[in-house]
Amino acid sequence: MRRDPAGDVGRSQEMDETVAEFFRRTILKIPITEMMTVLKAWDFLSENHLQTVNFRQRKESLVQDLVLLCEEKRASLNDAALLDIIYTQFHRHQKVWDVFQMSRRPGEDIDLFDMEQFKSSFKKILQRALKNVTVSFRDTEENAVWIRIAWGTQYRKPNQYKPVYVVYYSQTPYAFVASSLLKSNLPLLGQALTVASKHHQIVKMDLRSRYLDSLKAIVFKQYNQNFETHNSTTPLQERSLGLDINMDSRIIHENRVEKERIQRVTQEIFGDYPQPRLEFAQYKLETKFKSDLNRGILAEREEPLRCLVKFSSPHLLEALKSLAPAGIADAPLSPLLTCIPNKGMNYFKIRDK
Amino acid sequence: MLKEDCASELKVHLAKSLPLPSNVNRPRIDLIVFVVNLHSQHSLRNVEESLHHVDASFFLGKVSFLATGAGQESHCSVHRNTVVKLAHTYRSPLLFCDLEVEGFRTTMAQRLVRMLQICAGHVPGVSALNLLSLLRSTENPSLEDL
Repeated sequence: MRRDPAGDVGRSQEMDETVAEFFRRTILKIPITEMMTVLKAWDFLSENHLQTVNFRQRKESLVQDLVLLCEEKRASLNDAALLDIIYTQFHRHQKVWDVFQMSRRPGEDIDLFDMEQFKSSFKKILQRALKNVTVSFRDTEENAVWIRIAWGTQYRKPNQYKPVYVVYYSQTPYAFVASSLLKSNLPLLGQALTVASKHHQIVKMDLRSRYLDSLKAIVFKQYNQNFETHNSTTPLQERSLGLDINMDSRIIHENRVEKERIQRVTQEIFGDYPQPRLEFAQYKLETKFKSDLNRGILAEREEPLRCLVKFSSPHLLEALKSLAPAGIADAPLSPLLTCIPNKGMNYFKIRDK
Repeated sequence: MLKEDCASELKVHLAKSLPLPSNVNRPRIDLIVFVVNLHSQHSLRNVEESLHHVDASFFLGKVSFLATGAGQESHCSVHRNTVVKLAHTYRSPLLFCDLEVEGFRTTMAQRLVRMLQICAGHVPGVSALNLLSLLRSTENPSLEDL
Protein backbone atom coordinates (compact mmCIF):
# COMPACT_ATOMS: atom_id res chain seq x y z
CA MET A 1 0.00 0.00 0.00
CA ARG A 2 1.32 3.43 -0.85
CA ARG A 3 1.45 5.29 2.41
CA ASP A 4 3.66 8.12 3.51
CA PRO A 5 5.04 7.04 6.91
CA ALA A 6 5.22 10.59 8.14
CA GLY A 7 1.59 11.11 7.31
CA ASP A 8 0.41 8.41 9.70
CA VAL A 9 0.26 10.85 12.54
CA GLY A 10 -2.49 12.82 10.87
CA ARG A 11 -4.45 9.65 10.02
CA SER A 12 -6.18 9.14 13.30
CA GLN A 13 -9.31 7.99 11.52
CA GLU A 14 -8.39 5.40 8.98
CA MET A 15 -11.16 4.17 6.84
CA ASP A 16 -13.01 1.27 8.36
CA GLU A 17 -12.17 -2.04 6.67
CA THR A 18 -15.78 -2.79 5.88
CA VAL A 19 -16.24 0.63 4.31
CA ALA A 20 -13.10 0.18 2.23
CA GLU A 21 -14.39 -3.18 1.08
CA PHE A 22 -17.75 -1.62 0.25
CA PHE A 23 -15.99 1.00 -1.86
CA ARG A 24 -13.97 -1.66 -3.60
CA ARG A 25 -16.99 -3.79 -4.47
CA THR A 26 -19.06 -0.83 -5.58
CA ILE A 27 -16.37 0.56 -7.86
CA LEU A 28 -15.65 -2.93 -9.19
CA LYS A 29 -19.25 -3.21 -10.39
CA ILE A 30 -18.87 -0.21 -12.67
CA PRO A 31 -17.95 -1.20 -16.25
CA ILE A 32 -14.69 0.36 -17.44
CA THR A 33 -16.49 2.16 -20.25
CA GLU A 34 -18.67 3.99 -17.75
CA MET A 35 -16.07 4.58 -15.07
CA MET A 36 -15.28 8.20 -15.91
CA THR A 37 -18.94 9.14 -16.37
CA VAL A 38 -20.02 7.63 -13.08
CA LEU A 39 -17.12 9.09 -11.10
CA LYS A 40 -17.79 12.53 -12.57
CA ALA A 41 -21.45 12.26 -11.64
CA TRP A 42 -20.42 11.29 -8.13
CA ASP A 43 -18.29 14.40 -7.94
CA PHE A 44 -16.39 13.31 -4.86
CA LEU A 45 -13.06 12.99 -6.61
CA SER A 46 -12.17 16.16 -8.49
CA GLU A 47 -10.67 16.38 -12.00
CA ASN A 48 -7.22 16.81 -10.49
CA HIS A 49 -7.62 13.73 -8.33
CA LEU A 50 -8.81 11.65 -11.26
CA GLN A 51 -5.86 12.76 -13.35
CA THR A 52 -3.48 11.14 -10.90
CA VAL A 53 -4.95 7.73 -11.66
CA ASN A 54 -4.02 5.61 -14.64
CA PHE A 55 -7.28 4.53 -16.25
CA ARG A 56 -5.60 2.31 -18.76
CA GLN A 57 -4.37 -0.31 -16.35
CA ARG A 58 -6.05 -3.60 -15.51
CA LYS A 59 -9.38 -3.14 -13.75
CA GLU A 60 -8.37 -4.68 -10.41
CA SER A 61 -5.37 -2.34 -10.16
CA LEU A 62 -7.46 0.64 -11.22
CA VAL A 63 -10.04 -0.15 -8.56
CA GLN A 64 -7.33 -0.51 -5.94
CA ASP A 65 -5.90 2.90 -6.85
CA LEU A 66 -9.33 4.49 -6.70
CA VAL A 67 -10.08 2.97 -3.30
CA LEU A 68 -6.77 4.29 -1.97
CA LEU A 69 -7.63 7.71 -3.34
CA CYS A 70 -10.98 7.56 -1.54
CA GLU A 71 -9.22 6.60 1.67
CA GLU A 72 -6.82 9.50 1.32
CA LYS A 73 -9.71 11.88 0.80
CA ARG A 74 -11.51 10.48 3.86
CA ALA A 75 -14.52 9.24 2.01
CA SER A 76 -17.28 8.16 4.35
CA LEU A 77 -19.88 5.43 4.25
CA ASN A 78 -22.34 8.04 3.06
CA ASP A 79 -20.13 8.88 0.09
CA ALA A 80 -19.99 5.20 -0.78
CA ALA A 81 -23.77 4.92 -0.50
CA LEU A 82 -24.11 7.88 -2.86
CA LEU A 83 -21.82 6.18 -5.37
CA ASP A 84 -24.01 3.10 -5.09
CA ILE A 85 -27.10 5.18 -5.84
CA ILE A 86 -25.45 6.66 -8.93
CA TYR A 87 -24.41 3.23 -10.15
CA THR A 88 -27.98 2.01 -9.70
CA GLN A 89 -29.35 5.04 -11.53
CA PHE A 90 -27.18 4.12 -14.49
CA HIS A 91 -28.24 0.47 -14.22
CA ARG A 92 -31.81 0.81 -13.10
CA HIS A 93 -32.88 -2.01 -15.42
CA GLN A 94 -31.00 -4.52 -13.31
CA LYS A 95 -33.64 -4.20 -10.61
CA VAL A 96 -37.31 -5.07 -10.68
CA TRP A 97 -39.48 -2.13 -9.61
CA ASP A 98 -42.80 -2.25 -7.80
CA VAL A 99 -45.16 0.70 -7.77
CA PHE A 100 -46.81 2.07 -4.64
CA GLN A 101 -49.58 4.61 -4.49
CA MET A 102 -50.25 6.79 -1.49
CA SER A 103 -53.43 8.59 -0.63
CA ARG A 104 -54.64 11.21 1.73
CA ARG A 105 -57.84 11.34 3.72
CA PRO A 106 -60.54 13.16 1.78
CA GLY A 107 -60.47 16.85 2.55
CA GLU A 108 -57.04 16.73 4.16
CA ASP A 109 -54.98 19.88 3.82
CA ILE A 110 -51.99 19.58 1.56
CA ASP A 111 -49.15 21.78 2.74
CA LEU A 112 -46.46 22.86 0.36
CA PHE A 113 -44.02 20.02 0.02
CA ASP A 114 -40.65 20.55 1.67
CA MET A 115 -38.03 18.13 0.41
CA GLU A 116 -35.63 18.64 3.30
CA GLN A 117 -38.37 18.13 5.85
CA PHE A 118 -39.44 14.96 4.05
CA LYS A 119 -35.92 13.56 4.07
CA SER A 120 -35.28 14.31 7.71
CA SER A 121 -38.66 12.94 8.76
CA PHE A 122 -38.19 9.78 6.68
CA LYS A 123 -34.76 9.13 8.13
CA LYS A 124 -35.89 9.75 11.71
CA ILE A 125 -38.78 7.30 11.43
CA LEU A 126 -36.51 4.53 10.20
CA GLN A 127 -33.78 5.25 12.72
CA ARG A 128 -36.22 5.29 15.59
CA ALA A 129 -37.59 1.91 14.65
CA LEU A 130 -34.33 0.25 13.65
CA LYS A 131 -31.18 1.38 15.33
CA ASN A 132 -29.03 0.06 12.52
CA VAL A 133 -30.03 1.53 9.21
CA THR A 134 -28.20 3.57 6.56
CA VAL A 135 -30.33 6.06 4.69
CA SER A 136 -28.99 8.13 1.80
CA PHE A 137 -30.67 10.54 -0.59
CA ARG A 138 -29.99 11.93 -4.04
CA ASP A 139 -32.24 14.54 -5.62
CA THR A 140 -33.01 14.27 -9.31
CA GLU A 141 -35.06 16.26 -11.78
CA GLU A 142 -38.85 16.36 -11.77
CA ASN A 143 -38.88 16.92 -8.00
CA ALA A 144 -37.88 13.33 -7.44
CA VAL A 145 -35.60 11.83 -4.86
CA TRP A 146 -33.74 8.52 -4.93
CA ILE A 147 -33.51 6.94 -1.50
CA ARG A 148 -31.15 4.14 -0.62
CA ILE A 149 -31.78 2.13 2.54
CA ALA A 150 -29.45 -0.51 3.94
CA TRP A 151 -31.18 -2.54 6.61
CA GLY A 152 -29.73 -3.94 9.79
CA THR A 153 -31.34 -5.25 12.95
CA GLN A 154 -31.16 -4.25 16.59
CA TYR A 155 -27.94 -6.17 16.92
CA ARG A 156 -26.43 -6.25 13.46
CA LYS A 157 -24.94 -3.49 11.36
CA PRO A 158 -26.71 -2.68 8.10
CA ASN A 159 -26.06 -5.00 5.19
CA GLN A 160 -24.74 -2.66 2.50
CA TYR A 161 -24.99 -5.31 -0.17
CA LYS A 162 -28.76 -5.76 -0.09
CA PRO A 163 -30.10 -2.22 -0.13
CA VAL A 164 -33.60 -1.15 -1.04
CA TYR A 165 -34.08 1.74 -3.46
CA VAL A 166 -37.06 4.04 -3.45
CA VAL A 167 -37.73 6.65 -6.11
CA TYR A 168 -40.33 9.11 -4.89
CA TYR A 169 -41.87 11.77 -7.12
CA SER A 170 -42.85 14.39 -4.59
CA GLN A 171 -45.47 16.10 -6.74
CA THR A 172 -47.31 12.83 -7.12
CA PRO A 173 -48.58 10.11 -4.79
CA TYR A 174 -46.32 7.52 -6.41
CA ALA A 175 -43.19 5.80 -5.22
CA PHE A 176 -41.22 3.12 -7.05
CA VAL A 177 -39.45 0.51 -4.97
CA ALA A 178 -36.79 -1.89 -6.16
CA SER A 179 -37.88 -5.21 -4.77
CA SER A 180 -35.87 -6.33 -1.85
CA LEU A 181 -35.58 -9.83 -0.54
CA LEU A 182 -36.33 -8.61 2.95
CA LYS A 183 -40.12 -8.55 2.77
CA SER A 184 -40.35 -8.02 6.51
CA ASN A 185 -39.10 -4.46 6.20
CA LEU A 186 -41.70 -3.43 3.69
CA PRO A 187 -44.38 -2.31 6.21
CA LEU A 188 -41.87 -0.09 8.00
CA LEU A 189 -40.76 1.40 4.71
CA GLY A 190 -44.35 2.07 3.76
CA GLN A 191 -45.00 3.74 7.04
CA ALA A 192 -41.94 5.97 6.79
CA LEU A 193 -42.86 7.05 3.26
CA THR A 194 -46.46 7.74 4.12
CA VAL A 195 -45.85 9.71 7.28
CA ALA A 196 -42.90 11.70 5.96
CA SER A 197 -44.79 12.72 2.84
CA LYS A 198 -47.92 13.55 4.85
CA HIS A 199 -50.13 10.87 3.38
CA HIS A 200 -52.54 8.60 5.15
CA GLN A 201 -52.28 5.30 3.38
CA ILE A 202 -50.06 3.38 1.01
CA VAL A 203 -51.09 0.63 -1.37
CA LYS A 204 -49.02 -1.62 -3.58
CA MET A 205 -50.19 -1.52 -7.18
CA ASP A 206 -50.33 -4.63 -9.33
CA LEU A 207 -47.68 -3.23 -11.60
CA ARG A 208 -44.13 -4.42 -11.83
CA SER A 209 -41.31 -4.11 -14.37
CA ARG A 210 -37.59 -3.59 -14.80
CA TYR A 211 -38.15 -0.48 -16.82
CA LEU A 212 -38.59 2.37 -14.41
CA ASP A 213 -39.18 4.91 -17.17
CA SER A 214 -41.96 2.78 -18.62
CA LEU A 215 -43.60 2.43 -15.21
CA LYS A 216 -43.44 6.20 -14.87
CA ALA A 217 -45.01 6.68 -18.28
CA ILE A 218 -47.85 4.33 -17.43
CA VAL A 219 -48.55 5.72 -14.00
CA PHE A 220 -48.25 9.38 -14.99
CA LYS A 221 -50.28 8.68 -18.13
CA GLN A 222 -47.50 9.97 -20.35
CA TYR A 223 -47.23 6.95 -22.60
CA ASN A 224 -49.35 8.34 -25.37
CA GLN A 225 -46.72 10.80 -26.35
CA ASN A 226 -43.51 10.04 -28.10
CA PHE A 227 -41.47 8.93 -25.17
CA GLU A 228 -38.05 7.41 -24.80
CA THR A 229 -38.04 3.64 -24.69
CA HIS A 230 -34.94 1.79 -23.61
CA ASN A 231 -34.60 -0.03 -26.90
CA SER A 232 -36.14 1.61 -29.88
CA THR A 233 -38.21 -1.01 -31.62
CA THR A 234 -39.14 -0.78 -35.26
CA PRO A 235 -42.82 -1.52 -35.77
CA LEU A 236 -43.45 -4.85 -37.36
CA GLN A 237 -43.75 -4.28 -41.09
CA GLU A 238 -43.43 -6.63 -43.96
CA ARG A 239 -39.78 -6.79 -44.78
CA SER A 240 -39.09 -5.02 -47.99
CA LEU A 241 -37.00 -7.83 -49.56
CA GLY A 242 -35.54 -5.44 -52.11
CA LEU A 243 -38.93 -4.62 -53.62
CA ASP A 244 -41.45 -2.43 -51.96
CA ILE A 245 -44.05 -5.04 -51.32
CA ASN A 246 -46.77 -2.46 -51.09
CA MET A 247 -45.95 -0.59 -54.25
CA ASP A 248 -45.10 -3.16 -56.91
CA SER A 249 -48.16 -3.51 -59.10
CA ARG A 250 -47.38 -7.13 -59.85
CA ILE A 251 -48.14 -8.04 -56.25
CA ILE A 252 -51.81 -8.17 -55.44
CA HIS A 253 -52.94 -8.32 -51.83
CA GLU A 254 -56.12 -10.30 -51.83
CA ASN A 255 -56.98 -9.47 -48.24
CA ARG A 256 -56.26 -5.78 -48.50
CA VAL A 257 -59.58 -4.76 -46.97
CA GLU A 258 -59.14 -7.04 -43.98
CA LYS A 259 -55.52 -5.98 -43.60
CA GLU A 260 -56.53 -2.36 -43.52
CA ARG A 261 -59.20 -3.06 -40.93
CA ILE A 262 -56.67 -4.78 -38.73
CA GLN A 263 -54.23 -1.88 -39.05
CA ARG A 264 -56.97 0.55 -38.17
CA VAL A 265 -58.20 -1.39 -35.15
CA THR A 266 -54.65 -1.92 -33.90
CA GLN A 267 -53.91 1.75 -34.23
CA GLU A 268 -57.10 2.70 -32.41
CA ILE A 269 -56.20 0.50 -29.49
CA PHE A 270 -52.44 0.94 -29.29
CA GLY A 271 -51.91 4.32 -30.89
CA ASP A 272 -49.01 5.44 -33.04
CA TYR A 273 -46.52 5.93 -30.27
CA PRO A 274 -43.97 3.45 -28.88
CA GLN A 275 -45.43 1.35 -26.10
CA PRO A 276 -44.09 1.44 -22.55
CA ARG A 277 -41.85 -1.49 -21.85
CA LEU A 278 -43.02 -4.36 -19.68
CA GLU A 279 -41.76 -7.92 -19.57
CA PHE A 280 -44.70 -9.77 -18.05
CA ALA A 281 -48.42 -9.92 -17.78
CA GLN A 282 -49.75 -12.43 -15.31
CA TYR A 283 -53.35 -13.57 -14.93
CA LYS A 284 -54.39 -15.56 -11.91
CA LEU A 285 -57.65 -17.27 -12.79
CA GLU A 286 -60.10 -18.58 -10.25
CA THR A 287 -63.03 -19.37 -12.42
CA LYS A 288 -65.38 -22.23 -12.92
CA PHE A 289 -64.80 -24.38 -15.94
CA LYS A 290 -66.98 -23.46 -18.91
CA SER A 291 -67.52 -25.77 -21.81
CA ASP A 292 -69.76 -25.94 -24.85
CA LEU A 293 -69.17 -29.66 -25.26
CA ASN A 294 -70.66 -32.53 -23.29
CA ARG A 295 -70.43 -32.07 -19.60
CA GLY A 296 -67.25 -33.85 -18.59
CA ILE A 297 -65.54 -34.27 -15.25
CA LEU A 298 -64.26 -30.72 -15.19
CA ALA A 299 -67.64 -29.21 -15.95
CA GLU A 300 -69.15 -30.90 -12.91
CA ARG A 301 -66.74 -29.29 -10.49
CA GLU A 302 -68.36 -26.83 -8.14
CA GLU A 303 -65.19 -25.15 -6.98
CA PRO A 304 -63.39 -22.78 -9.28
CA LEU A 305 -60.27 -23.97 -11.06
CA ARG A 306 -57.05 -22.22 -10.20
CA CYS A 307 -54.85 -21.43 -13.10
CA LEU A 308 -51.98 -19.06 -13.79
CA VAL A 309 -51.35 -17.66 -17.24
CA LYS A 310 -48.20 -15.65 -17.77
CA PHE A 311 -47.17 -13.81 -20.90
CA SER A 312 -43.53 -12.85 -21.14
CA SER A 313 -41.58 -10.96 -23.76
CA PRO A 314 -38.61 -8.62 -24.00
CA HIS A 315 -41.20 -5.96 -24.87
CA LEU A 316 -44.66 -7.28 -24.11
CA LEU A 317 -46.83 -4.41 -25.33
CA GLU A 318 -45.06 -4.06 -28.68
CA ALA A 319 -45.36 -7.81 -29.13
CA LEU A 320 -49.10 -7.69 -28.43
CA LYS A 321 -49.44 -4.76 -30.81
CA SER A 322 -47.82 -6.76 -33.61
CA LEU A 323 -49.92 -9.93 -33.14
CA ALA A 324 -52.89 -8.98 -35.30
CA PRO A 325 -50.90 -7.38 -38.13
CA ALA A 326 -48.71 -10.49 -38.20
CA GLY A 327 -51.80 -12.65 -38.67
CA ILE A 328 -51.28 -14.58 -35.45
CA ALA A 329 -54.30 -13.24 -33.61
CA ASP A 330 -57.63 -11.70 -34.46
CA ALA A 331 -58.20 -8.01 -34.06
CA PRO A 332 -59.36 -6.60 -31.71
CA LEU A 333 -57.39 -8.40 -29.01
CA SER A 334 -58.94 -9.34 -25.71
CA PRO A 335 -59.46 -6.29 -23.50
CA LEU A 336 -57.67 -8.18 -20.74
CA LEU A 337 -54.50 -7.67 -22.75
CA THR A 338 -55.12 -4.22 -24.13
CA CYS A 339 -56.14 -2.61 -20.84
CA ILE A 340 -52.69 -2.96 -19.30
CA PRO A 341 -51.33 0.57 -19.73
CA ASN A 342 -54.71 2.15 -19.20
CA LYS A 343 -55.38 0.38 -15.95
CA GLY A 344 -51.77 0.53 -14.85
CA MET A 345 -51.73 -3.17 -14.02
CA ASN A 346 -49.86 -6.18 -15.26
CA TYR A 347 -50.86 -8.60 -12.53
CA PHE A 348 -54.52 -9.59 -12.63
CA LYS A 349 -56.79 -11.75 -10.52
CA ILE A 350 -59.81 -12.95 -12.39
CA ARG A 351 -62.79 -14.44 -10.63
CA ASP A 352 -66.30 -15.26 -11.73
CA LYS A 353 -68.62 -12.38 -11.10
CA MET B 1 -39.80 -14.25 -57.46
CA LEU B 2 -40.49 -11.02 -59.25
CA LYS B 3 -36.77 -10.34 -59.41
CA GLU B 4 -36.22 -13.38 -61.60
CA ASP B 5 -35.93 -12.93 -65.33
CA CYS B 6 -39.03 -14.34 -66.83
CA ALA B 7 -40.22 -14.04 -70.40
CA SER B 8 -43.85 -14.15 -69.36
CA GLU B 9 -45.71 -11.66 -67.27
CA LEU B 10 -45.64 -12.73 -63.66
CA LYS B 11 -48.12 -11.64 -61.01
CA VAL B 12 -48.17 -12.68 -57.39
CA HIS B 13 -51.35 -12.73 -55.33
CA LEU B 14 -50.86 -12.77 -51.61
CA ALA B 15 -53.65 -14.03 -49.43
CA LYS B 16 -53.94 -14.77 -45.75
CA SER B 17 -56.35 -17.64 -46.33
CA LEU B 18 -58.86 -19.04 -48.80
CA PRO B 19 -61.42 -18.56 -50.15
CA LEU B 20 -60.43 -15.36 -51.94
CA PRO B 21 -62.85 -12.46 -51.97
CA SER B 22 -65.31 -13.20 -54.75
CA ASN B 23 -66.09 -9.73 -56.01
CA VAL B 24 -62.78 -9.29 -57.83
CA ASN B 25 -61.76 -10.03 -61.41
CA ARG B 26 -58.65 -12.09 -61.51
CA PRO B 27 -56.46 -13.54 -64.21
CA ARG B 28 -56.15 -17.33 -64.28
CA ILE B 29 -54.26 -18.76 -61.34
CA ASP B 30 -51.52 -21.14 -62.43
CA LEU B 31 -49.87 -22.15 -59.19
CA ILE B 32 -50.90 -22.09 -55.55
CA VAL B 33 -48.15 -22.26 -52.95
CA PHE B 34 -49.33 -22.88 -49.40
CA VAL B 35 -46.79 -21.52 -46.97
CA VAL B 36 -46.70 -23.24 -43.60
CA ASN B 37 -44.68 -21.69 -40.83
CA LEU B 38 -43.43 -24.58 -38.73
CA HIS B 39 -43.24 -22.25 -35.74
CA SER B 40 -46.99 -21.75 -35.68
CA GLN B 41 -49.86 -24.18 -35.21
CA HIS B 42 -52.11 -21.37 -36.35
CA SER B 43 -50.33 -21.36 -39.71
CA LEU B 44 -50.90 -25.07 -40.21
CA ARG B 45 -54.56 -24.92 -39.25
CA ASN B 46 -55.08 -22.00 -41.59
CA VAL B 47 -53.59 -23.91 -44.50
CA GLU B 48 -55.61 -27.04 -43.69
CA GLU B 49 -58.83 -25.05 -43.75
CA SER B 50 -57.92 -23.14 -46.89
CA LEU B 51 -57.24 -26.39 -48.73
CA HIS B 52 -60.93 -27.25 -48.55
CA HIS B 53 -61.70 -24.30 -50.79
CA VAL B 54 -59.42 -25.35 -53.63
CA ASP B 55 -60.95 -26.93 -56.70
CA ALA B 56 -59.83 -30.52 -57.25
CA SER B 57 -58.32 -29.74 -60.66
CA PHE B 58 -55.57 -27.71 -59.03
CA PHE B 59 -54.20 -30.79 -57.34
CA LEU B 60 -52.96 -32.10 -60.67
CA GLY B 61 -49.68 -30.33 -60.27
CA LYS B 62 -50.76 -26.77 -59.61
CA VAL B 63 -50.48 -26.88 -55.84
CA SER B 64 -47.32 -26.92 -53.81
CA PHE B 65 -46.49 -26.69 -50.12
CA LEU B 66 -43.66 -24.62 -48.74
CA ALA B 67 -42.57 -25.15 -45.17
CA THR B 68 -40.47 -22.47 -43.53
CA GLY B 69 -38.72 -22.30 -40.18
CA ALA B 70 -37.24 -25.80 -40.11
CA GLY B 71 -33.80 -24.35 -39.44
CA GLN B 72 -34.77 -23.19 -35.95
CA GLU B 73 -35.76 -26.52 -34.48
CA SER B 74 -36.31 -25.15 -31.00
CA HIS B 75 -39.04 -22.80 -32.27
CA CYS B 76 -40.91 -25.45 -34.22
CA SER B 77 -44.28 -26.37 -32.83
CA VAL B 78 -45.35 -28.21 -35.97
CA HIS B 79 -43.59 -31.48 -36.58
CA ARG B 80 -41.92 -32.01 -39.93
CA ASN B 81 -43.84 -35.22 -40.41
CA THR B 82 -47.13 -33.39 -40.09
CA VAL B 83 -46.49 -31.33 -43.20
CA VAL B 84 -45.04 -34.35 -44.98
CA LYS B 85 -48.30 -36.20 -44.33
CA LEU B 86 -50.34 -33.21 -45.41
CA ALA B 87 -48.50 -32.92 -48.70
CA HIS B 88 -48.81 -36.65 -49.22
CA THR B 89 -52.56 -36.54 -48.57
CA TYR B 90 -52.98 -33.90 -51.24
CA ARG B 91 -50.54 -35.60 -53.59
CA SER B 92 -48.57 -32.40 -53.96
CA PRO B 93 -44.88 -31.59 -53.66
CA LEU B 94 -43.46 -30.23 -50.42
CA LEU B 95 -40.55 -27.85 -50.40
CA PHE B 96 -38.57 -26.74 -47.38
CA CYS B 97 -37.07 -23.28 -47.30
CA ASP B 98 -36.17 -20.94 -44.49
CA LEU B 99 -37.57 -17.77 -46.00
CA GLU B 100 -35.61 -15.66 -43.55
CA VAL B 101 -32.32 -16.60 -45.18
CA GLU B 102 -31.64 -14.61 -48.31
CA GLY B 103 -29.64 -17.28 -50.14
CA PHE B 104 -32.30 -19.95 -49.65
CA ARG B 105 -34.99 -17.50 -50.58
CA THR B 106 -33.38 -16.68 -53.92
CA THR B 107 -32.91 -20.34 -54.81
CA MET B 108 -36.47 -21.18 -53.87
CA ALA B 109 -37.75 -18.23 -55.89
CA GLN B 110 -35.96 -19.58 -58.94
CA ARG B 111 -37.48 -23.03 -58.47
CA LEU B 112 -40.96 -21.61 -58.04
CA VAL B 113 -40.66 -19.48 -61.14
CA ARG B 114 -39.65 -22.57 -63.16
CA MET B 115 -42.56 -24.52 -61.68
CA LEU B 116 -44.88 -21.65 -62.46
CA GLN B 117 -43.79 -21.45 -66.07
CA ILE B 118 -44.47 -25.15 -66.49
CA CYS B 119 -47.84 -24.94 -64.75
CA ALA B 120 -48.84 -22.02 -66.95
CA GLY B 121 -48.00 -24.06 -70.00
CA HIS B 122 -45.16 -21.80 -71.09
CA VAL B 123 -42.59 -24.56 -71.33
CA PRO B 124 -43.10 -26.65 -74.44
CA GLY B 125 -43.28 -30.40 -73.88
CA VAL B 126 -43.74 -30.30 -70.11
CA SER B 127 -47.11 -30.03 -68.39
CA ALA B 128 -47.98 -29.54 -64.74
CA LEU B 129 -48.92 -33.20 -64.52
CA ASN B 130 -45.57 -34.27 -66.00
CA LEU B 131 -43.80 -32.19 -63.44
CA LEU B 132 -45.85 -33.69 -60.66
CA SER B 133 -44.99 -37.25 -61.57
CA LEU B 134 -41.33 -36.29 -62.01
CA LEU B 135 -41.23 -34.78 -58.55
CA ARG B 136 -43.00 -37.71 -57.03
CA SER B 137 -40.62 -40.31 -58.28
CA THR B 138 -37.86 -38.86 -56.13
CA GLU B 139 -39.86 -39.55 -52.97
CA ASN B 140 -38.57 -42.16 -50.60
CA PRO B 141 -40.77 -45.25 -51.04
CA SER B 142 -41.18 -45.60 -47.29
CA LEU B 143 -43.29 -42.43 -47.31
CA GLU B 144 -46.10 -44.49 -48.83
CA ASP B 145 -46.44 -46.13 -45.44
CA LEU B 146 -47.49 -42.87 -43.80
